[in-house]
Amino acid sequence: MIQAVDEWAATSDEEVVAQIGPSGLKPLHLKYQQFLTPDEFTAYMDQARAIIAHAGMGSILTALQLQKPIVILPRQAALNEHRNDHQLATAGRFRETRGIHVAMDETELLAVLQNLNTLSASDGVGPYASAALITTIRDFIEGRSV
Amino acid sequence: MAPTKKIIAVASGGGHFIQLLRLRPAFEGHQVSYVTTIDGYQEALGGARCFVVRDASRWDKIGLLVMLLQLLTVFIRVRPDVVITTGAAPGVFAVRLAKFFCARTLWLDSIANAEEVSMSGELAGPYADLWLTQWPELERADGPVFKGRVL
Repeated sequence: MIQAVDEWAATSDEEVVAQIGPSGLKPLHLKYQQFLTPDEFTAYMDQARAIIAHAGMGSILTALQLQKPIVILPRQAALNEHRNDHQLATAGRFRETRGIHVAMDETELLAVLQNLNTLSASDGVGPYASAALITTIRDFIEGRSV
Repeated sequence: MAPTKKIIAVASGGGHFIQLLRLRPAFEGHQVSYVTTIDGYQEALGGARCFVVRDASRWDKIGLLVMLLQLLTVFIRVRPDVVITTGAAPGVFAVRLAKFFCARTLWLDSIANAEEVSMSGELAGPYADLWLTQWPELERADGPVFKGRVL
């Protein structure tokens, strides 16, 4: 994914900030760090026009809350990217959600990035869980039967 | 007003912890200590107390042992009444440790587990006093129940 975004960044005038992880790749056209703290990551997301990420729920929930379009490229077990295919399941469940754009491979990712200006963002998701879930957990904490 | 409870809210860093933070209104009025595996959530936590323990996968036995001992230290300091977790590995240990402290436990399986309950959920869920899934189709008579989602 980093390599594909790096190649795209070479042809674009977008400023791209990347967390590249331990892969050892050194992008040429991205501003990158191997690892960002969660607070740094959120601060960069807040400044960004759009997010590109694997289909991790942390990135997805934060992008929805910040009302940023997010392009997700699920990690796949078949490519030894993850121990199972739960990211494919996540992508499947969220692909109809406004603001979430799924790319199944690098080619699809590049196609989505060509339309960066027209990508929809979420209408905004509140910072907290559903009222029903909060009530259930509160009742549990306070010893009322749930 | 219910009496104040001491809560340990624990999750691995990343998506699990972001889901845990979305439960904050449920903890209001109680004394919460968060536990996670990566540092750098100060802003997200807004001053709440947080302990950081070692992260480890099931292949890293030494890492798991260090994590368990660090969690035990947190439990001894906090003496929780209630343990809430969204997974993964530290949540499994926390649910089991809670029994020695007579704390009640809640496991909320990650919303990422849309097609099957997570492996850590299957390990810890049967020991939790309340086992929740975020996908109604994953409810089972001997398994988790659905009571809503983190969004």
